[in-house]
Amino acid sequence: MTFTIPIDNGDAVKNAEADSQRTLYPYVTGTSIVAIKYKDGVLMASDMGGSYGSTLRYKNIERVKAIGKHSLLGASGEISDFQEILRYLDELVLNDNMWDDGNSFGPKEVHNYLTRVMYNRRNKFNPLWNTLVLGGVKNGESYLGMVSMIGVSFEDNHVATGFGNHLARPILRDEWRADLSFEEGVKLLEKCMRVLLYRDRSAINKLQIAKITEEGVTVSQPYSLKTFWEFQAFHNPTAGAQGSW
Amino acid sequence: MFRNQYDTDVTTWSPTGRLFQVEYAMEAVKQGSAAIGLRSRSHVVLACVNKAQSELSSHQKKIFKVDDHIGVAIAGLTADGRVLSRYMRSEAINHSFTYESPLPVGRLVVHLADKAQVCTQRSWKRPYGVGLLVGGLDESGAHLYYNCPSGNYFEYQAFAIGSRSQAAKTYLERRFESFGDSSKEDLIKDAILAVRETLQGETLKSSLCTVSVLGVGEPFHFLDQETIQKVIDTFEKVPEEEEGEAGEGEAEAAPAEQGGDGGGAGDQDVAPMEM
Repeated sequence: MTFTIPIDNGDAVKNAEADSQRTLYPYVTGTSIVAIKYKDGVLMASDMGGSYGSTLRYKNIERVKAIGKHSLLGASGEISDFQEILRYLDELVLNDNMWDDGNSFGPKEVHNYLTRVMYNRRNKFNPLWNTLVLGGVKNGESYLGMVSMIGVSFEDNHVATGFGNHLARPILRDEWRADLSFEEGVKLLEKCMRVLLYRDRSAINKLQIAKITEEGVTVSQPYSLKTFWEFQAFHNPTAGAQGSW
Repeated sequence: MFRNQYDTDVTTWSPTGRLFQVEYAMEAVKQGSAAIGLRSRSHVVLACVNKAQSELSSHQKKIFKVDDHIGVAIAGLTADGRVLSRYMRSEAINHSFTYESPLPVGRLVVHLADKAQVCTQRSWKRPYGVGLLVGGLDESGAHLYYNCPSGNYFEYQAFAIGSRSQAAKTYLERRFESFGDSSKEDLIKDAILAVRETLQGETLKSSLCTVSVLGVGEPFHFLDQETIQKVIDTFEKVPEEEEGEAGEGEAEAAPAEQGGDGGGAGDQDVAPMEM
């Protein structure tokens, strides 16, 4: 059974867009992605949740995928749009491989391609409702960039989407260094993810960390973070609030 | 080749499996003035002979910048060459805009060749009458390609096209093995020497040739007359005795301003649009 929102844009003679629809709101969404450059490449962390509004409906969604040989794409926002983007990139990588000429698209090319796609959709008022993180390594150079659903695009040493911008970036601004080892990078990302787990209601405690280096992509098995709920303040939460409010 | 009943239409095969119109288009390339290309691992040099219709006019532009990392030299119908250069620039800039990355030259020449092939298989079209020497960079270094009106393309270490190009090719054949590791300066010198071969006796002056260079870390640019003259001066002092030209040994410089060059023997009229 398909459900389409009934729309009345007038008659098809006078209005060219009478029977077409545009993206109005997202339905199944993923929450933050956090990514950093480190010594050997790029690390990207995401949880595996897909929320349906306020319901944590899906708990096994991979929101970070390898693209070609050199790139990693993480997405927050509408999951179906992310899948659509993966299809576009699949075609892009396929055609690139078919040339078989020793040239291949690196992360910079993929990032720019995505920027063009996202911006063009935004201009038609029919966006792909995602914020994308593109990381990769090519010829020894690490690359990390982001594109939003309105086509805003930039590169940085560490990026985050959604709540990650508010909760993770401050931590990264203080503690990120260019020469982080793999273990240090993972620890730093876990610190960010833990804060997000505590404070973002769409986050679930099942995350994956993906790594990309010159050698290639590895996506970890899903695992969960240890959390601590024994803070004094939580023992008797209403202690300081006796009374009617 | 002579006129026959299978040569009117580009979509008519001859009984021996030839498309005469395509072959005639390749003849047009041989009528144009010479263009030469050579490459090392990191650089490509394109050079051409400047021939003007008359003393009063300027010479035609035969080398075009397609992008910072790609240049093209043409021989044949320069109007066709100009149109194809515009197409190449368009492809290069579209790729650059979408991917923020230079279009690998190997992919550009395939697009170009496919475009030329279309004209060999439509009854309402004609093949492009121009040969293109495309020099450019991709991830594996510098490359030189030759695109011909038939829709074929080949990669070369060095090549020459146009009238009297055989003389240049003979010179290049002797030297090409060293080009891979040549320095940029040596490559330029060899290019100018190859140009000199096509002039067959005429004194080589910097006004007679155009030279362009591109390489890894060096965007496409033309060499100015002074630089070219300096290179010429390094070898013009020592007249080389045995750069053996096959065939005609013209003692004096043939008047170059005589409308169009005929290449070799057995030549018919040269149409005014050809250079």
